[in-house]
Amino acid sequence: MLTRRIIPCLDVRDGRVVKGVQFRNHEDVGDIIDLALRYRDEGADELVFYDITASVDDRTVSPDWVGKVSRALDIPFCVAGGIKTVEAAGARLAAGADKISVNSPALMRPDLVNELSEAYGVQCIVVGIDTFADGETYRVKSHTGDPDKTRETGRLTLDWVQDVIKRGAGEIVLNCMNRDGVRKGYDLEQLKAVRAICSVPLIASGGAGATEHFEDVFKQANVDGALAASVFHKSVIAIPDLKSDLRRAGIEVRS
Amino acid sequence: MSLVIVDTGCANLASVQYAFERLGVTPIISDDANVIKTANRVVLPGVGSAPFAMRSINAKNLKPVLKTLDQPVIGICLGMQLLYETLEEGGDTVEGLGLVPGAIRALETGNLPSPHMGWNKITPLKKDPLLKGVTAGDYAYFVHSFAADVSENTLAQAEYGTPFTAMTRKDNVWGCQFHPERSSKTGAQILKNFLDIKL
Repeated sequence: MLTRRIIPCLDVRDGRVVKGVQFRNHEDVGDIIDLALRYRDEGADELVFYDITASVDDRTVSPDWVGKVSRALDIPFCVAGGIKTVEAAGARLAAGADKISVNSPALMRPDLVNELSEAYGVQCIVVGIDTFADGETYRVKSHTGDPDKTRETGRLTLDWVQDVIKRGAGEIVLNCMNRDGVRKGYDLEQLKAVRAICSVPLIASGGAGATEHFEDVFKQANVDGALAASVFHKSVIAIPDLKSDLRRAGIEVRS
Repeated sequence: MSLVIVDTGCANLASVQYAFERLGVTPIISDDANVIKTANRVVLPGVGSAPFAMRSINAKNLKPVLKTLDQPVIGICLGMQLLYETLEEGGDTVEGLGLVPGAIRALETGNLPSPHMGWNKITPLKKDPLLKGVTAGDYAYFVHSFAADVSENTLAQAEYGTPFTAMTRKDNVWGCQFHPERSSKTGAQILKNFLDIKL
């Protein structure tokens, strides 16, 4: 049986792993390779590196760290952030990234998803979606990296998920903004609604705060993977403990 | 030990290259028929679409050399699929290298999400040098939508909606449907076994 994936997400700025408070005052957390290998050794199934380097605009050369991570790592990883063109995606894949993830640029120009999947295959194209629950209506937001620049897109999440799958998304990462950073659990209702219409792998993001939250999201929303950042970085949850708890709860995870 | 990764013109060759480097072998990436022919080991990598990859192999006129190799050869993911006789993708049937009998078809996943993406168990069905140190229930990392049925050439199977070939062998030619370069210790063991094979 295919195992459920546990995916730590690391923010990268100028080749270092950082964490920010409200997207500002970024604090250096450590060397990208050291942290990648630490999570690999602890049993992470995959890593996502989110490039928040200020100058990511239109950069088509792959950052050095992508190749370094690929050299060191023997589990898959995805690179997100700053990818607006087929060339920029290709540079990161050529440097050894297994997948690339696009979010706002796909909203600005949806054909980007078609172009990426035609060029590199659906298996390496992830679409990240920042979604806000407005009662039972789920709306897509863009440019969420900076609270001052966050925009309404006028798109409904369920429609956008189906649209990007048709265009060639091989995986969806659904970041439920209401839960982001709150650590009170994933948005199960919203994830269930998306799961029902999502024919590609679905990764839950936003809200992980305790082991039970992972158990709930796998059992109730039937997602393929669960992404989290702060609970892993701050050692609130240790991945080996999480995996043994999930196994005891009858959820298949990789040992 | 000279090891050539065949430059099929697909984007991602680096991760396979690095995996062998971690084992102490520096691969040569080449599309030169003579270099490929004289290497001790040949790796056929591949991500992306089968029609694109076969067009690229044909455009580089690599089919004759790839069909007549006698050293150990391994195809990885799409590279394994290219070893088969035919590949059905996007309504087209593409002629493969024909080194392993059978066809590649869309993996019938039923209600499960597709592509098959993530870590799944592999079950060895035969004894083989490539499976040294690999036991039933070891996990490997898969990313694919197409697969080969289980056949007499299957060395190990996996299941996602339906059983399929996870590893194959015909004579001097092996294949892994999963990505050994991204399959942690199990994957590294398999790549090391490939380097250690004595024909």
